Amino acid sequence: MPLTQFLVLAAILFAVGAYGVLARRNGVLVLMSIELMLNAVTLNLVAFSAQLDEVAGQVFALFVITIAAAEVGVGLAIVLLLYRNLRTPDLDAVDQLKG
Amino acid sequence: MVAQNVTFWVLAVVMVAAAIGVVRTGNVVHAALYLVVVLAGVAAQFILLAAEFVAWVQVLIYIGAVVILFLFGIMLTRAPMRHETPLDNDQRLPAALAAGALGVLLVTAVLDAFRGREIDFTSRTGPTPTAEVAQSIFRTFVVPFEVVSVLLLAALIGAIVLARRD
Repeated sequence: MPLTQFLVLAAILFAVGAYGVLARRNGVLVLMSIELMLNAVTLNLVAFSAQLDEVAGQVFALFVITIAAAEVGVGLAIVLLLYRNLRTPDLDAVDQLKG
Repeated sequence: MVAQNVTFWVLAVVMVAAAIGVVRTGNVVHAALYLVVVLAGVAAQFILLAAEFVAWVQVLIYIGAVVILFLFGIMLTRAPMRHETPLDNDQRLPAALAAGALGVLLVTAVLDAFRGREIDFTSRTGPTPTAEVAQSIFRTFVVPFEVVSVLLLAALIGAIVLARRD
């Protein structure tokens, strides 16, 4: 199986996730788009692990999955705190630092 | 090899369609459900790449834990179910241009660098044994593993401190 088909799929997923991060306004949806990008990276790591016949890629994929779980926990706590203070999950409403 | 290729392309089409659903749908709960499809597709690709253990970790942690967290987040922020406020900001066109440029750049770079490389499964007898993954974690990568444990603890405490009501 060609290695490039996995890498191209991962690149497309990453670009779609980047669009979501830029275009979404709801905080939870931005976090979901970040998950899409992280999954693209994991797919790359495992594809290279299979191509090089080296298990280290899978270990790093496990690390990425762990860190993604930690990131979602903290990220949702932040979105929740914003909602409690501003009564909206919209990230556009967070403009206190604007001059 | 033909069966693997057909499986790959079917999964790839479904995954890209569901990913576009995540970033385009007007309903937050639908976005979470589309995300489940993408995550399950990634797990299936891992199985296709003979990474069985990572695939099941993906199913357990992502579909089992992260998506539930997202659904709790949607519930607690009372996300608009009926298009009251738009879920997108007004930068949709610049965002699409930037993401499209990024995608084209990544695809051309990847094709230029790795064209012709093949994943060879003929010498394998089955999926990567979990014992091999475990030995790699606890021998070669034991320090990063411990650092990740401390990071998880820090994230746990941080999330509690942030979300606690005083």
